[in-house]
Amino acid sequence: MLRFILRRILLVLPVLFGLTVIMFVIARVLPGDPVALAAGPNATQSEIAALAQEFGLDQPLWVQYWTYLTGLVQGDFGTSIFTRRPVAQDLATYLPATLELVFAALFLAIVIGIPAGLMAAVWRNRWPDYLSNILSVAAISMPRFFLGLLLQLCFAMWLMWLPLGGRFPIIFDPPQGVTGFYTIDALLQADWEGFVTACRYLALPAIAMSLSPLATILRMMRASTIEVMHQDYVTTARALGLSPRMIVFKYVLRNAISSSLTVIGLYFGWLLGGTVLVETVFDWPGVGLYATQAIVAQDFMPVVSVALVIGALFVTANIVIDVLYGVINPKVRYQ
Amino acid sequence: MTALLEIRDLHLSMHSYEGAARVLDGVSLRVNKGEIWGLVGETGCGKSVTGLSVSRLLRTPPAEYTRGEILLDGTDVLTLDERQMRSLRGRRVGMIFQDPTTNLNPAFRIGTQLIDVALAAARHDPAILGLGRGAGRRARVAAARKLAIAMLTEVGIPAAESRLDDYPHQFSGGMRQRVLIAMALIGRPDLLIADEPTTALDVSVQAQILALLKQMVAAHDMGVVLITHNLGVVAQTCTHVAVMYAGTIVEQGPIRDVLGDPAHPYTQALMRAIPTRDVARGALQGLAGSVPNLIHPPRGCRFAPRCALARPSCAQPPAVHERAPGHRVACPVVEEAQHA
Repeated sequence: MLRFILRRILLVLPVLFGLTVIMFVIARVLPGDPVALAAGPNATQSEIAALAQEFGLDQPLWVQYWTYLTGLVQGDFGTSIFTRRPVAQDLATYLPATLELVFAALFLAIVIGIPAGLMAAVWRNRWPDYLSNILSVAAISMPRFFLGLLLQLCFAMWLMWLPLGGRFPIIFDPPQGVTGFYTIDALLQADWEGFVTACRYLALPAIAMSLSPLATILRMMRASTIEVMHQDYVTTARALGLSPRMIVFKYVLRNAISSSLTVIGLYFGWLLGGTVLVETVFDWPGVGLYATQAIVAQDFMPVVSVALVIGALFVTANIVIDVLYGVINPKVRYQ
Repeated sequence: MTALLEIRDLHLSMHSYEGAARVLDGVSLRVNKGEIWGLVGETGCGKSVTGLSVSRLLRTPPAEYTRGEILLDGTDVLTLDERQMRSLRGRRVGMIFQDPTTNLNPAFRIGTQLIDVALAAARHDPAILGLGRGAGRRARVAAARKLAIAMLTEVGIPAAESRLDDYPHQFSGGMRQRVLIAMALIGRPDLLIADEPTTALDVSVQAQILALLKQMVAAHDMGVVLITHNLGVVAQTCTHVAVMYAGTIVEQGPIRDVLGDPAHPYTQALMRAIPTRDVARGALQGLAGSVPNLIHPPRGCRFAPRCALARPSCAQPPAVHERAPGHRVACPVVEEAQHA
């Protein structure tokens, strides 16, 4: 198992290396002069040249790349030409917010989508199935930002149950801790009030992001459950007197879940890369917003680094999924 | 004396888009403890459906029981609800199916699967685990585990205790079928329904599994319905045989009577189709024609369209007569021919 994981990690390194090369080149062949942009409209030629020199942007591309790569190995993601802050520092601020949002959305999608998919399969062609079918088609079809606006209108404006946006009330200090997830950090410190507050802020953006993966997981789960319910071993289990509840939630579930795992892994990457709309609507201080601002400012370093970090998280998630396949399916484990 | 299993005049229809197929048309069978009944017939004749009906495993609809009863120790299972049925499955009726590779759940250790079946059976009869009614969960699981080890040992799996933690794919086909037999018998059922239990195994393993079945019947005083299309398996294993054709039992009785003195034209045709050492190459006789459409079955005797002895009176439902004690044949024509 350990060898399997190590081999997967080694295979991933060239992918990430390629990603840095591509991002590095693309960011620089785009038209426009980022240095002039960063220096401001009133900067003189010599001021712009000085700024370029300060950030090493007067060097040939391969030298810049080499500098970046050697810095990267030491955990230095370069410096934002726009904010003049190290990118690593910015990422440490914004990445936990995005990850918290993505994990919360996936958590909702999994804990609702999987049981709902099972139920839809068990009650196939009866009203729970039809209902889930209609709702999931609607959820997949609705754009996330639009859904976000609807949620804000309903739960923040009309009902006033939840805050409109942001991650924590500005007047209070958010929970501090190792994970950077406000909810988890609050829990670790047994700060119930902080936990509830963080959850209230997290709820609407997480719901807006969760519906699409939720609906997809539900549909996958329904299809694979129906397939598994027709397997011989389910008939045997029934013939030997096991209760329907045990058959569905124990014996069928484990066999039916692997296709949903694939979807979960893919959605993790999709959500990470696509947080920007939801972050904009809910004023959520995450990497999506950060990267968009950097792109607009043609600020290379953050763009390349965000792409690299998201890429690394995505491949990590897929390694985890591969390991989980082995946990669920003993045949995979022994091969 | 009430029989262990008595099927009386069972009629079953399967509804489909093309209409209702009359899959079983008056099946009657009586199985006592210690008897091994072979249920033989070609594909689609209703053998498996009969077996599944005893445990009520067919979905209704599409299946519909239009007439008859299935008495298990005198109780008609067709009148029971799903919850009552569940208390009988595994506990009173054990089942084994054809393909041991697909009938064990690939994602769970065989120990888990055996223990769950034992615990389910013990919910209706705590004595199976040798515990009182108030035993805690931990005690019950421990007892079920012990029972699983004992069962595996009994069906001939070496080092049973260590194999409990293995997954199905770590067993050979024959060993998997042994595990399934252990699973079917762990709830101590009185009746075992084995649906083609050796068809998916190679011949040498077949013989072992059949020997094991016979041994288990003797040890646990059970009745068995062995569903197969192989008369050789029947001859080797069974005490009684019922020959099915197109949803009817055409002939049944003690093995010696039926195989030694086959009376029904269909049984005779089946016997002629068995290859033996003495049959010259090319001389093996098949049976012309094919199984009738069950949505519009022939009136009267369903075998008549393929029967050499058929005559106009065969359009009436065939009367069953008893040739010898227990040896019943659903063909008046043969009987008349013999008396003539």
